[in-house]
Amino acid sequence: MPMLEVENLHVEIEGRKILEGLSLAVNAGEIHAIMGPNGSGKSTLAYVLAGKQEYEVTQGRVLFEGEDMLAMEPDERAAKGLFLAFQYPLEIPGVTGMNFLRTAINAQRKKRGEPELAIPDFMKRLREVAKRLGIEPEMLRRAVNVGFSGGEKKRNEILQMALLEPKLCVLDETDSGLDIDALKIVADGVNRLRSPDRASIVITHYQRLLNYIVPDVVHVLSKGRIVKTGGKDLALELEARGYTEYQTEAA
Amino acid sequence: MKTAAETALAEAFAAVRAKLPGDRRIAERRAAAFEAFDALGLPHRRVEEWKYTDLRALIREAKPLAAAPDAQAKRRAKGAGALLAGIGARRITFVDGAFVAELSDLVALEPGLSIAPMAKALAESDPLVASRLGAIVPTDDVAVALNTAFMGDGALVRIDRDARLERPLHLVFAFGSDTASATFTRSLVVAEEGAQATLIESHEGPDGIDYQVNTALELFVGDRAHVDHVKIGIEGARAIHVSTLMASIGAHARLRDLVFTTGGALVRNQLFVRFAGEGATLALNGANLIKGRQHVDNTLVVDHAVPGGFSRELNKSVLDGESRSVFQGKIIVRPGAQKTDGKMMAQALLLSENAEADNKPELEIFADDVQCGHGATAGALDQNLLFYLKARGIPQAEAEALLIQAFVGEAIETLEHEGVKDALMGAAAEWLGSRKQ
Repeated sequence: MPMLEVENLHVEIEGRKILEGLSLAVNAGEIHAIMGPNGSGKSTLAYVLAGKQEYEVTQGRVLFEGEDMLAMEPDERAAKGLFLAFQYPLEIPGVTGMNFLRTAINAQRKKRGEPELAIPDFMKRLREVAKRLGIEPEMLRRAVNVGFSGGEKKRNEILQMALLEPKLCVLDETDSGLDIDALKIVADGVNRLRSPDRASIVITHYQRLLNYIVPDVVHVLSKGRIVKTGGKDLALELEARGYTEYQTEAA
Repeated sequence: MKTAAETALAEAFAAVRAKLPGDRRIAERRAAAFEAFDALGLPHRRVEEWKYTDLRALIREAKPLAAAPDAQAKRRAKGAGALLAGIGARRITFVDGAFVAELSDLVALEPGLSIAPMAKALAESDPLVASRLGAIVPTDDVAVALNTAFMGDGALVRIDRDARLERPLHLVFAFGSDTASATFTRSLVVAEEGAQATLIESHEGPDGIDYQVNTALELFVGDRAHVDHVKIGIEGARAIHVSTLMASIGAHARLRDLVFTTGGALVRNQLFVRFAGEGATLALNGANLIKGRQHVDNTLVVDHAVPGGFSRELNKSVLDGESRSVFQGKIIVRPGAQKTDGKMMAQALLLSENAEADNKPELEIFADDVQCGHGATAGALDQNLLFYLKARGIPQAEAEALLIQAFVGEAIETLEHEGVKDALMGAAAEWLGSRKQ
């Protein structure tokens, strides 16, 4: 059984059709890249998987480890092991990074029937991961993402991901706006989570990130459907030839 | 034509004026204050300062003056001030408007600190009362006039020059009677030059009784003195509470003030703050967490009478149910008060479609080299932020609580005392918990 099964997914927002019959299966241990031009529905897929309210699923289903994921609240999905790294991470005034992370970890543990993480254990893990990602401990005492640069916000997403240890990571254009050093740090964070029981979906417009996070499968998304699937070479091909042929093909 | 409440107040004053504490001069001041009230009557919506809080309409009847607390009332009030039990504050307790020695801690006062009950000070013609009472920030406000006419007990506190109080001073005002009645407390706190103190007042009572509170505090912050003042309003659900702070700040002094309100049916907090010396700093914050049909009005006037004053006002209201918050903030910059830096912000978080927040900022600027501004926001919880928190595994209720606490926390975190901050964040969390029921 695949970890994630998306079947014939149709999604609308405010009456506008965005996904029109998308199907996808991701097995544990795999990394899938989803590439496509702007407006093809990449971010919509990410948000629908995470459970954002305003997207209306009109057809199809999404199974996560065999369970109907669309019936779950976003926090339940997270507790089951889904993580979305946001394209535009939000600022949370007045909530420190530390408080946010500890609340999130313990909420997930509680939902899974696990004991809360003691503060010293939490701090130890937090310091370890932050150091690896080049995040100053001082930043975690500040309000989440407030006053952070674009790169710092993206690194903060990876920090959350590393601490929450999800089964399925969905990275929504995490590479956008990153310089090459930050890109390597982010890629390293994703690669460290690579294991036979985890999987990732890397959504990106450019092939560049895939030099560092090497995918097992590459999908091309156009006009709300997957129009081509291949190996990692497909990304290189797209980089060389652009998306034009897929856009016309789907039209 | 007088309302029933106005008539009752006049009758009450005639009945008790001879028994109220104070010498002849105090008696004359009471009479003058009552006359001033009598001429104007209870303020109504056509009086600009009371536009959103029409006392004439809202106070149907004036309750009789509270009797001195009996043993039962004192027993009921025993748990008052528990919110701050853990911070090692020195407690001075007033039950039904009267000082209660056995619930107060007046032993081993720190050097430079003196405390006396106001009723005693009035009766004994205390020189501090003679020189300062009514003189810190004179006002013709009607609520203050009523308070002056009826003032019974309260705290008279003096902190000597350069004295530094390690323990916060906590004035506990509790309603312990089982009959609806009215209290008029008046306090005067003088922090002389260079003194440092944290002063807390809390006001509370039972939910089931429609008692009335009119309380006033005059606060003198001397040159270089540092005072943090926190007023906690956790009155009972049917209480009417009108409070006034009159504070003056000396040169290079600092006053940080927070009015925190979760209780009371009708609450009006008035703050009149005057910059009396150059280069002083003021933070004037408000935090309201209200629900049901509660009405909380924070009205402040910041008077920059001298140059170089720095003031920041931040008012945060969290509104659920059909509650209503009012914020009126006036910044006055007098001619010559150059280099004044004043900024005011009022923010309302509406948790219900039936809640209402009214903001009225006013700037009166008569100097030309100043920086002044104001802003206001009102809105619901940010759905995108809620989604972000939920996407990290935090359930809806917890995510809302986290955001609401963060919203209110901004007004609380300017205070110095960690224990007080923690207690207030705890009170906010408790309010959030009660909201769910």
